[in-house]
Amino acid sequence: MKIEILGSGCAKCKLLAERTEEAAKGLGLDFTLVKVTEYPDIVARGVMSTPGLVVDGVVKSQGHVPTVAAIKDLLR
Amino acid sequence: MTDASKSCACPAPTPASNGGFWRSGGWLLAALPAWIALYLILHPAADWLAFRVFGLAPGSRLGEAVAFFVYDAPKVLMLLGAVVLGVSFVQTFLSPERTRDLLAKRTGAWSNLLAALLGIATPFCSCSAVPLFIGFVRVGVPLGATFSFLVSAPMVNEVALFLLLGLFGWKIALLYTATGVTVAFLSGWVLGNLRLERHLEPWVLTVPFEPSRGAEVSAGFSARLELALQATKEIVGKVWPYILVGIAVGAFLHGYAPAELLARFMGKSAWWSVPLAVLIGVPLYANAAGIIPIVQVLLAKGAALGTALAFMMAVTGLSLPETVILRKVLKPRLLAVFLGIVAAGIVLVGFLFNLVM
Repeated sequence: MKIEILGSGCAKCKLLAERTEEAAKGLGLDFTLVKVTEYPDIVARGVMSTPGLVVDGVVKSQGHVPTVAAIKDLLR
Repeated sequence: MTDASKSCACPAPTPASNGGFWRSGGWLLAALPAWIALYLILHPAADWLAFRVFGLAPGSRLGEAVAFFVYDAPKVLMLLGAVVLGVSFVQTFLSPERTRDLLAKRTGAWSNLLAALLGIATPFCSCSAVPLFIGFVRVGVPLGATFSFLVSAPMVNEVALFLLLGLFGWKIALLYTATGVTVAFLSGWVLGNLRLERHLEPWVLTVPFEPSRGAEVSAGFSARLELALQATKEIVGKVWPYILVGIAVGAFLHGYAPAELLARFMGKSAWWSVPLAVLIGVPLYANAAGIIPIVQVLLAKGAALGTALAFMMAVTGLSLPETVILRKVLKPRLLAVFLGIVAAGIVLVGFLFNLVM
């Protein structure tokens, strides 16, 4: 499973990355987590408000930081 | 990535979990009457604290300064908390994606006006400015309307509106909002008519972009309320030190500075004070909640209304971090024209107010 965290590096993006890692480990997933910080790459994924969470190419959330529990639902 | 993105002062709301009556909004029923009761006794309680408990003499410099602080600090924080909670709740129904879709098929001056108005309530974070800019432009929102939104969103936000309402009354709140929308509307309209599309960085129009679905919260009342509460904790948690410092400075001036201290160099007679206030305000970055206590002091000490409002608009509407971020999508000339037009609009508003008020 490929998980991407979209955001230019502000506090919200870091928080999302931490929570996503916690959620994915909690689920025992086999995953790689990549931070996408360059604007062209963020835009190319169709995301307009950061931070964004993209799983295997599908935008799962954008513009806010879900809780760990909510991220687990998004990853299942 | 830029250093500027780190200074972004935006909330990071988190969606809700399930809970009982208390968590699903029951606390609001208890909190609301308590809030109102506390607000009503705030003034007598502050006087009692300053003049009885601390034993300071009413009318003395120290006494007046302390009484001002112990009254104003809880008042502003209570107002801010209530306002941000209400606003954050409403904002769970709005998103930049929805605003973009509303603007996508508009043209002409109407698109600028609508963009300026939508900018008041749409949740916006300056760290998202670049993807938002591209998202708007690429689905067909006119460039001018995009600028109108970018000016209005940070400058005329709902937090500013309600804080001004609570501290200065509805006239100033309405004046600020109306003139802020006007500046955003006019500067976007002028920029749109200058046909500056060729001064966009080329990648803005060539990068692959397929808009994804919106990020609205699909949840019921209690989940939205919890989202709003989360956002309130974050925003108030972030700005309260600035507000307290602002009020402390205000309290000191309230007690110790002569009432007309600022009248000489920020009063109506000093015409140059408006452009100077804008020049000082543009590079500064603060959100509305942090700057309003300072505006309160400026006004109380004899600054002209137009000068104070122009200062507030310059601080909130334009900033050095945002300029650095926007440089990614705008070539230097367009960036300079953008800054110049918005700053000129703010200066005009300042002059206008000083002239008629």
